[in-house]
Amino acid sequence: MSAPRLQRVADQDRRLIEITVDGWAMSAMEGDTLLVAIMTQRGYLRDAPGEPMSAGFCLMGACQDCWIWDDDGRRLRACTTYAEQGMRIRTTWPDRLFAS
Amino acid sequence: MARSPIRILIVGAGPAGLRAAEMLAEAGLSPILVDEAPRVGGQIYRQPPRVPGFTRTAAQLYGAQADKARDLFVTFDRIRNRIDYRPGSLVYDLIDNRAIVARDGKSEEIVFDALILATGAMDRIAPAPGWTLPGVYTLGGAQIALKHQGCAIGQRVAFVGAGPLLLLTAHQYAKVGAVPAAVVVPSHFRSFAAAALRLVSMPRELSLGLYWLLDLKRRRVPVLFGHRLSEIVGDESVRAIKVRTRGEQREIVCDAVAIGYGLQSETQLADLAGVRFAFDAERRQWLPETDLLGRATGRRDVYLAGDGAGMLGADAAEARGRLAAHALMTDLDVSHVTYRPKADLAALDRAEHLQLAMRAAFELPDDFFAAVSDETLVCRCEQVLAGELRGVAGLMGARELNRAKSYSRVGMGRCQGRLCSHAAAEILADKLGVTLDSVGRLRGQPPIKPVPVATVAERKP
Repeated sequence: MSAPRLQRVADQDRRLIEITVDGWAMSAMEGDTLLVAIMTQRGYLRDAPGEPMSAGFCLMGACQDCWIWDDDGRRLRACTTYAEQGMRIRTTWPDRLFAS
Repeated sequence: MARSPIRILIVGAGPAGLRAAEMLAEAGLSPILVDEAPRVGGQIYRQPPRVPGFTRTAAQLYGAQADKARDLFVTFDRIRNRIDYRPGSLVYDLIDNRAIVARDGKSEEIVFDALILATGAMDRIAPAPGWTLPGVYTLGGAQIALKHQGCAIGQRVAFVGAGPLLLLTAHQYAKVGAVPAAVVVPSHFRSFAAAALRLVSMPRELSLGLYWLLDLKRRRVPVLFGHRLSEIVGDESVRAIKVRTRGEQREIVCDAVAIGYGLQSETQLADLAGVRFAFDAERRQWLPETDLLGRATGRRDVYLAGDGAGMLGADAAEARGRLAAHALMTDLDVSHVTYRPKADLAALDRAEHLQLAMRAAFELPDDFFAAVSDETLVCRCEQVLAGELRGVAGLMGARELNRAKSYSRVGMGRCQGRLCSHAAAEILADKLGVTLDSVGRLRGQPPIKPVPVATVAERKP
């Protein structure tokens, strides 16, 4: 795991929630976007073969650099989707999409 | 009432959209206010999520603009029950007088008699080697991370670019303890100083700008005017930036970069609506054409307000929201409260004066885009290099941006040219030796942002 990228500097007294990212449990704070939840704990969002490592770019829903998926293969924009208790996230393209 | 109620749709709940909604609501109309974000305010007055533990005050969040933010939010609370507010909704297409909206994974149509577009602006990006490394973010994004999530994009952030937002955001980072590694500005300090002199008639704005600058100096943040970004260095993360001035190169250690060369209007919906565009030589952007009050040229039922109709800033956005609502009600013969546009029109003049001074203060060097090396990635979605773009200009004869897009795939990716089309147009124009306007602009394409096929298919009429 790489060093956390984003640094919390305010509003840190929030309820903790649990999410799962690529099968690993991660804790996040209520109100975190998925992008913040993941990158306050590591340095990147996606590290998939065939594309540059991604950590998002515009953080306002415009650049589409921060796509991730839920376990059902639904695409999520990490910078505008909030983390919720029990969410199961994948940071690689779901196989399902290729299989079907 | 003899006539059926007028169906008015406002797109965007930033300062322009909110002021338009207020004025319409006060006149007894009930506009639909559609916004992509979960809470009102736009990007400038972006609010933290409504979750316990976000405790920063308006003063902490918005600094010198706190009163304006508070007033907007109070206004929204007051009119909330009189308008049809739909957050989390993306208008991704316009067909005649219907807006196609994605919300919660489904599409719906909103039929309107009149449309106010208040779609705002985003950062203007100029590419440099390494700009796609993890740790490089837009300047606006760096500020949103702070306002919306209480996060800094790194521990030692280098701020690179142009415009007052650069100094403001660097100052905001310093204030919360994330002291910037440096602020790098390609324009010269003498341009900045000369522009400052033009702002003596606007002491509030002038003193704010100088305060940000002096505060950075006081905290020993290097503010490097006249320096250009040569390269962002790193592999799995940003490690440093290389900057140069008059042949001198230096390296600055940092773990993140915030980059933004001013702001550009989000004009995709105006384009889909069929509004006529005109080239704004000052802003170096093709913009939807309107009259002084915001009536669109080419569409009788469309009005534009705020930074989506050309960058003028948040104060002007509020004024333009009211002006557009006023024009709309005048055109549709709706009697409304006595409103004299004079004060708001004067506010636009002031904002234009400020914008002119800011552009002069941060004017990019003439060869700024010519100096982008052939190996530099221009389009991050489609991985198109500057050299490849120059290649299609020369060899294949693309003299216009859409043609260059077909040949090189520049601007064809999932951001739909938001990040690269300005740089691509500048590079293409420079390579061809023509003016920026003559290479045209990328045509708008629906959906204006990617929407899952299932969402399009699940369309309720």
